[in-house]
Amino acid sequence: MAATADTVERVKKISAETYKYGFETDIEMDRIPKGLNEDIVRMISAKKNEPEWLLEWRLEAYRRWTQMEEPDWAKVSFPKIDYNDYYYYAAPKSVADKPKSLDEVDPKLLETYKRLGIPLDEQERLAGVAVDAVFDSVSVATTFKHKLEEVSVIFMPISEAVEKHPELVRKYLGTVVPTTDNYFAALNSAVFTDGSFVYVPKGVRCPMELSTYFRINAQETGQFERTLIVCDDDAYVSYLEGCTAPMRDENQLHAAVVELVAMDNSEIKYSTVQNWYPGDENGKGGIYNFVTKRAQCRGVNSKVSWTQVETGSAVTWKYPSCVLQGDGSQGEFYSIAITNNLQQADTGTKMIHVGKNTRSRIISKGISAGRSDQTYRGLVKMLPKAEGARNFTQCDSLLIGDRCGAHTVPYIEAANPSAAVEHEATTSKVSDDQLFYCRQRGMDEEKALALIVNGFVKEVLQELPMEFAVEAQALVEISLEGSVG
Amino acid sequence: MLSIQNLHAQIEDDQKMILKGLNLEINPGEVHAIMGPNGAGKSTLGNVLAGKDGYEVTEGSVFFKGEDLLSLEVEERAHAGLFLAFQYPVEIPGVQMLNFLRTCTNETRIARGLPELNGMEFLKLARAKAAELKINPDMLKRSVNSGFSGGEKKRAEILQMALLEPQFAILDETDSGLDIDALRIVSEGVNALRDAKRSFLVITHYQRLLDHIKPDHVHVLADGQIVRSGGPELALELEERGYVHYEKAA
Repeated sequence: MAATADTVERVKKISAETYKYGFETDIEMDRIPKGLNEDIVRMISAKKNEPEWLLEWRLEAYRRWTQMEEPDWAKVSFPKIDYNDYYYYAAPKSVADKPKSLDEVDPKLLETYKRLGIPLDEQERLAGVAVDAVFDSVSVATTFKHKLEEVSVIFMPISEAVEKHPELVRKYLGTVVPTTDNYFAALNSAVFTDGSFVYVPKGVRCPMELSTYFRINAQETGQFERTLIVCDDDAYVSYLEGCTAPMRDENQLHAAVVELVAMDNSEIKYSTVQNWYPGDENGKGGIYNFVTKRAQCRGVNSKVSWTQVETGSAVTWKYPSCVLQGDGSQGEFYSIAITNNLQQADTGTKMIHVGKNTRSRIISKGISAGRSDQTYRGLVKMLPKAEGARNFTQCDSLLIGDRCGAHTVPYIEAANPSAAVEHEATTSKVSDDQLFYCRQRGMDEEKALALIVNGFVKEVLQELPMEFAVEAQALVEISLEGSVG
Repeated sequence: MLSIQNLHAQIEDDQKMILKGLNLEINPGEVHAIMGPNGAGKSTLGNVLAGKDGYEVTEGSVFFKGEDLLSLEVEERAHAGLFLAFQYPVEIPGVQMLNFLRTCTNETRIARGLPELNGMEFLKLARAKAAELKINPDMLKRSVNSGFSGGEKKRAEILQMALLEPQFAILDETDSGLDIDALRIVSEGVNALRDAKRSFLVITHYQRLLDHIKPDHVHVLADGQIVRSGGPELALELEERGYVHYEKAA
C-alpha cells in the first residue's frame, strides 16, 4: 500500500477518542426554556440585569434577524438548523450566587478548567497570563483582576462591564460589527450571553497576556459570546482565546462576535486557538462555528494582528477582518486551519484599506486531511482614498491523502491606482516521496508527517505568543494524529 | 554484510517484473559498482533494498548483517545501518535542513540505543561535518533541498550519510547532474567515509564516477540480472564498448 494511501486509511481511523477535551462536566444548570423569540431575549437580558438600552438593542437585533436569511454562499453544507431547538442560556447554578472570589467558585468548575489545562487557582495559574473562563453562557472566573486594575486595564466579563462601565460598553458595542451586519451577528446581538471586555487606557502597555477560555458544556446549547476590546491611544494588548466542547452526537451552535477597536498608535494582537469538538469520523456531531470577527484600526499608525490556529469544529464560517481607517494603520492575518475527517471550513479574512499608506499582510496555511473540505476566502479592498496602500497575501494549501479538498477564493478590489496588491497561492501534497525520504533517514511515518506539517505552518506559529506556541504546535500534531503511523 | 539471493521484484501497479533473479554478496569494507543500461533495474534495486512502497518482492531473499532485510520497515532498515543516497532528493519546503538533520540523527541514535544530541551538540557536529564536505554552513538554515542546485543536493546527501554513519550505503546515480568539480567534492566525501567496516553499492550509468570512487568489484546489471562481474577494469571496458552487447543479450 502506498504511503499516503496508508495515511488516508489511518486518517479514517481517527475517532473521537483522540479529542481529549470531550469530557462532560456534570453540574446543575440554570437554563431558560428552549427556543428563540422576544420573550427569550427579554429573559436573557433580565438574567443579566441589563439596562433598558441594552434590552432594546437586543430586541432590535432580534427583529432584524427574523427578517434575514442564513448566508448560503460559503462552500459548506449542513442540515438546516432549527434555531428553536436550542437553549440560549445555560449557566451553572452555583454562578447565580455570584462568587466573589475563586474560593467561592464551584470546585467542579475549577476542576473542569484544570482538566482543560487552564488552572484558575492562585497557585497554579499560568504565569503572565490573565484568564477569563466562560462556561456555557457565563463567565465563571477571571484571574489577575487586581494586578490589571493597578495599571487601569479593564478585563472582565462583558456582562459585568455593562454594569460597571456602561459608558464604555455603550460607546463601542456594535460600532465595529453592527447588529445587522450579517445573519449570525444579528443572532449574536440578540442573544449574546457572555464574553470578555477589555479596555486598555491611553499609553498603557498591558503587562500580561489576556486570555479567555470558552467552554461549551450543556447539551443542545448554543454559545453566543461577545468580545469587545478597545485599545486607546499608544496602548498595547495581546489577547488569546481558546475553545473546547464535550463530544456530543448532535451539533452545537457557536456564533460569536468579536469587535476590536485600535486608536492612534495602538496595537492589538488577537490570537485564537480553536479546538471545538470537530465531530466523529463519520461527521456526526461537532460544533457549528459561525463567527464574525472584525477590527477597526481607527487611529493613525494603529495595528491589529489576527493569528488563528483552527483545528476544531464540524463547520467553520469565519473571516477575521481589519478595517484600516487610520492613515498608516496595519492589519495582519496569520492563519493555520486544519480539517480532518468530514470537517468543513470556509475561512479567510477581509482587509479593507480606507486610509493612506495602510498596509496589510495575509499568511494563510490550510491543511486538509481525510475527506475534509477547506476554502480560503479573502477580500482585499482598496478604497479610492487609500493612497499608497499595500497588501501582500500568501495562501498555501497542503493536502494529505487524495480525498480531501482545498480551494482558494481571493477577491481583490482596488479603486486607487497607487495601491499595490500581491497575491501568491500554492497547493501541495505531502507526497509519498517526502515520507519515504524521511523514513529512509530514520523517522517513523508519524514523525515524518509532523516534521513536514510543522515546516508548512512554521511561519504562522511564530506569530503566536510564546506561552501558546508550544501548545499550538502540539495541537497541530494531535489534530493529524492517526493520519500517520 | 549484504547477501542478495535470487531476488525477483516487480512493480506493484502493473506487475511488471524488473529484477529477475539477482544475486550479490557484499562484504564489509567493499565497494561494489553496479552498471548497466537504462531500464536494467539499477534504481529498482536501490529502492527495493531501502523498502520503498510500490514494489513487490516475489521471490528470493536479502540478508543484511544476518537479518532478513525485507521484513523490516523502511526506518528500521535505516536504523540497522542502510542508507540510500537518492538520485533525486525530494524538496521539503519550510523544514529547515538543520532541524531535519537533527531529527534524522536523533531518531537513528534513539533506535541504536545512543543518547540524543541536544541543539548545541548537534549544531557543532553538523557544522564540523559540513566543513569536511566543503558545504557552506548557510545551507543548514535553508529548507530541505529547496532551491538547491544539483551539486548542493548531492552534497547534502553525503552530509546526511556522514551524520548517520551507515554501515552500508547505496549511491543511486550520485553523479547525475554534477559537473566535474561537484563530482570531485562529492567523491572525496564518499572516500573519506570508506573504511574496513563500511560497504558501498555505487549505482551508475557512467564510468567517470568510478575514476573518483574506486570500486573493488564491478557488476553489469542487464534485464534484472547481474550478467557479468569483474574488477575495476570491467568499468573501463564498458566505457569503451558501451552496453549494446548486454542490451542484445537481455
